[in-house]
Order: sequence, then structure tokens, then C-alpha cells
Amino acid sequence: MTALLRTESLVKRFGGLAATDGLSLAVAEGELHALIGPNGAGKTTLIGQLAGELTPDEGRILFDGRDVTRMPVHKRAQRGLARSFQITSIFPSFSALDNVALAVQAHAGHSFRFWRDAGRDRRLVDPARAVLERVGLGARANTPAEALAHGEKRQLELAMALATGPRLLLLDEPMAGMGPEESARMVDLLKELKGTVTILLVEHDMDAVFALADRITVLVRGKDLASGTPAEIRNDPAVREAYLGDELEAV
Amino acid sequence: MPLTRPRIALLILFAAALALPSVAVWIDEPFYVRLGARILVFALAAVSLDLILGFGGMVSFGHAAFVGIGGYVVGILFAHQADGSTLFGFPGTVNGFIVWPLAFLAGALAALPIGAISLRTSGVPFIMITLAFAQMLFYLMTGLKAYGGDDGIALWSRSSFPGALNIADHTTFYYVTLGLLVAVLVLGWRLVNSRFGRVIRGAKDNERRMKALGYPVTRYKLAAFVIAGGLAGLAGALLANATMFVGPQYLHWSRSGDLIVMVVLGGIGTLIGPVLGAASLLLLEEFVPELMDMVHAGTGEHWKIVLGPVLLGLVLFARKGIWGVIAGARR
Ligand SMILES: Nc1ncnc2c1ncn2[C@@H]1O[C@H](COP(=O)(O)OP(=O)(O)OP(=O)(O)O)[C@@H](O)[C@H]1O
Ligand SMILES: [Mg+2]
Repeated sequence: MTALLRTESLVKRFGGLAATDGLSLAVAEGELHALIGPNGAGKTTLIGQLAGELTPDEGRILFDGRDVTRMPVHKRAQRGLARSFQITSIFPSFSALDNVALAVQAHAGHSFRFWRDAGRDRRLVDPARAVLERVGLGARANTPAEALAHGEKRQLELAMALATGPRLLLLDEPMAGMGPEESARMVDLLKELKGTVTILLVEHDMDAVFALADRITVLVRGKDLASGTPAEIRNDPAVREAYLGDELEAV
Repeated sequence: MPLTRPRIALLILFAAALALPSVAVWIDEPFYVRLGARILVFALAAVSLDLILGFGGMVSFGHAAFVGIGGYVVGILFAHQADGSTLFGFPGTVNGFIVWPLAFLAGALAALPIGAISLRTSGVPFIMITLAFAQMLFYLMTGLKAYGGDDGIALWSRSSFPGALNIADHTTFYYVTLGLLVAVLVLGWRLVNSRFGRVIRGAKDNERRMKALGYPVTRYKLAAFVIAGGLAGLAGALLANATMFVGPQYLHWSRSGDLIVMVVLGGIGTLIGPVLGAASLLLLEEFVPELMDMVHAGTGEHWKIVLGPVLLGLVLFARKGIWGVIAGARR
């Protein structure tokens, strides 16, 4: 197995609390790897370190065989590490289309171009429109992002991550706060994406996780409690005891 | 092109600006041409500030420093020309083809290190650092005894444009300034809608997301800061020509504050707004004190108490300032 992303004994402390506690994790090229765990387990903290917003106190992060532990956020993104935020993070005063066009532009190369109207640049607009269609927001292209409904903002959040042409998608609860229909659509979309891009998915919705994941890592208090296929995780006694017990009965 | 409300307003404004010198002659008030030129100069400075303030979200409280630097380029080279001395081995000059571009360059060059350091911070610290740099430059100019120190430099002639123009004539100077302002507005319009403009606007909206998308945000913000500094320097060259004077007070923090007021008053994050803001503030400054003195002698010098409520009202009821009201902006 070639790991696209690996962490080695990663530690991140907030005061006395180790939010990431000696975590070694491998995400294989092409897989959809789910990261689950109770509230406060350190999932977002891990994503923050992988994306580069947080600097680990100990350990290393390797992306595509390269040590990126101290690489700034934008450089990691340029290398193909894209993230979506648990708390929606979009450009409120831009239209939905322009939000995605800005993501396309980030991927398209340097932006020291001062004269041409970017709103009429087909190299930005066409791919942006295609991504919007793909996440189901095609009809909302010209709506200001701040006027979108919550579920639509979540779709836009994913569209922006996708539009940067990533090699690894870090998705932090993409379905948070979505209604059942929107969630189902998101699951379908992730199924489509699966295989075309490597995904690390943080999600509380166990139905979605077990339907989508190739492998699952269970995080508890910053530690890897168990890693394996969905079947292995489902039958792991430690996992059942610590976390899944009730939630799994439903699956 | 459909005649939308903003377009009609723009056309009327432009026509009024074109007609002003003729009207001033007609009603025998030539002073209005000079006042008009001063408004256009400050408009240029305010537009340059709004590029970073309104579009880039960088609250620079030291923008007047770059205006002052541009003015001093004109003043210092004038002084050397006047007494025949040299500066770093170069003779002084009043040639506008040389001096005006130099003023732009000096503004941009000064903005480079100041921006590079200030942009390590944001929010209130950014405001304070830009203010501190501007005050340092203010005291530096105060200490330049060779160039008049506190008293500054009085110019006896405007920049010359051999073989092209004679801006000693107030009306010619007015139209040159108007032409430059319109050019800067067109450039600004292209810039804010270009790829570059989208990056700085995106950084204002959500800098964290911009970084996550892969943008080295600071680099673009610095470029915008430097462009704005250059344009402010050019405005400074024009200001020196408009007033025939340069002095440290051009760099004073209160001048930077005036520029911010112009931007907010006229419409932050718009290009025409700062022009209207500059016109409003200078017209208020020109006529309100007189009116107040007429009502009650001696109150005129406190005219700025009128400004406070006006600003407050605009901020509360019209987030895009005067231009927002005129153009019928929804937000
Ligand atoms: N910036 C911070 N400063 C201090 N403590 C923090 C900070 N960020 C997170 N924590 C703490 O670290 C722990 C892990 O938080 P984190 O947000 O990573 O959990 P999570 O697994 O994403 O939870 P959730 O499922 O609720 O999103 C929590 O106890 C949290 O309170
Ligand atoms: Mg979280």
C-alpha cells in the first residue's frame, strides 16, 4: 500500500490537553478513509494540522512522501491538499459561481493579472460552472453566497475544495446540519468522487460512513483506538464499548 | 449599454466636472477652478486608499504619508533646481515628465517596506503600525531643516511639461488632474475586476479560506498596498502643484484620517465613492465654517462637529455612503 498521506506520532497539545496524542495514521492513494470519534476526540484538530493551520508539537506529516509538517497552508493547498471546513467558510459577498471561480483561479496559477475581467474569463467560469453543476448548485450560480440556504452553503463548501483539483480532500463533516435529502445527495456525490480522488472524511453520520468508507479510523481522546475495514470496525469490541455501541445498533 | 441609474449618475458627474471651469468663468468665480482641482487631487488620493481599504480590507491609517512623500519629491527637486545645487550628484528639476513619475515611484517604494512589515499583522495592530510609520515620516520631514523643516517648501512655479502643456494656467491644471483621475478610475475598475482584484477582494471577505485555497495572500495584499502607495505619491505631486507648497502637515495623521473619512463618506468599496467623499468633505470644509461664523462668530473653527453626525448617519443608514444612495445600491 502506498500512503498518500501519513502522520508519524503526531502530538498537539492545548495547555494540558493532548488533542492529538501520538497519532500515526496512513491514508492510501485512492481510498476513502473515514475518521470517526466522539465530540472533542480531536478530529478537527487533526484536519487543522494536516491542512497547516495548526502546527503539531511533535511528530511529522508526510504528504506524497514529502515532509510537510511546517509547510504553510497555501503551499500545501498548491500541492493538492484541499479542505472543507466544519463551520462553513465561504466568500459571502461573492456569487456562488464566483466563489468556485476563485477556487479554480487558485489552481490555475498565479494571479498577477491586472487588466482582463475575470468574470468573463472562460478558463475560470467554465470549470467553475461544471463543478457547481456537479454538486447540484447549477441553478444557484448567480446567487450571492450569503443568501444561500445552509445546505447549499455546505455544497458550495465542497465545490470550492473540489475546484482546486486536489489530490487529497480533507472533508470535515460535510453533512453537518443538512436535512436528510441533502445528506443523501451528498452521499451520492461522495460515492461518485470515490476513486477519482483520495478522501479523508470526518463524519458523525454512521450510515454515511459505513456506506462510503474503504477504511475507518476511530479516534478517541486524540488516539487511534482502532483502524480497519468497516466490517472490522463494526465488530471491534473496544470500539463497540468506547464509542459505537448504541450508534451501531441502528446500522 | 442600458442607461442604469449608476450610469446616468456617472454621466452627470462627469459632465459637471468637465463644465466646472467654464461655469466658474461665466459666474466670475475663478476660485472655483482651484477648489475643483484640489477636490480632484484629494479624490485621487482617496481612490488609491479605497483600493486597499474598501476592496482589500486593509485599514491603513497612514496613507497621507505616501501623498506627502510624492509632494516632497516635487518640492525637493524644485528646491535644488531653484538654488542650482545637486542631490546625490543629480541636478534639481521641475520637469513634470520626470518629477511626476518619480513621485509615483517614491510612494510605491516607501509603501514596499512599510507594507511588508505592517501586513504581518491585521486588524487593530495593522492600523496602529501604519499610523506609527506615517508619524515617523512626519517627524522625519519636520526635521529636514535643509528643506524648510516645519515650514516646508514654497514653490514659485508648477511642474513644467516642455513642448506639451502649461499647467501654470489653473484651467489647464484642472483638466490635467481630471484626466489623471479618470485614468486612475478606469485602471482601478479594471484592477478590481481582474484576477488580481478578485484575490484582494477574496482576502477581505475571508482570508483564511483564501489560504486554504492555495493563495499566498500576503503577497497580493502587499502588491495592492504598493500600487496604492504609488498612486498616493502621484496625488502628492499634484497636491504640491495645486497648493504650490509642500510641508510636513501633508503627512500628519489627521490627513490620513481625512482620507479615511472621504472614503467612508463617499462609499467604501466603490471607486466613485471616494471622489464624492473628497468633494463633500472639501466643500463642507470650505463653506460650513463661514456659515457657522455668520450664525455665531467664532464657532466656525469647530465646524467638524457637523461632520460627526453626518458620518454617523451615513454609516448607520447607508453602508455604501453617498454613492450608495445615489446609485441605489442594495447593500
Ligand atoms: N484552539 C483550541 N484551544 C484550546 N483547546 C482546543 C482548541 N481547539 C480544540 N480544542 C480542544 O481540543 C479537543 C479536540 O477538539 P476538536 O475540535 O479537534 O474535536 P472534534 O473531534 O473535531 O469534535 P467535534 O466532533 O465536536 O467536531 C477538544 O477538547 C477541544 O475543546
Ligand atoms: Mg470537529
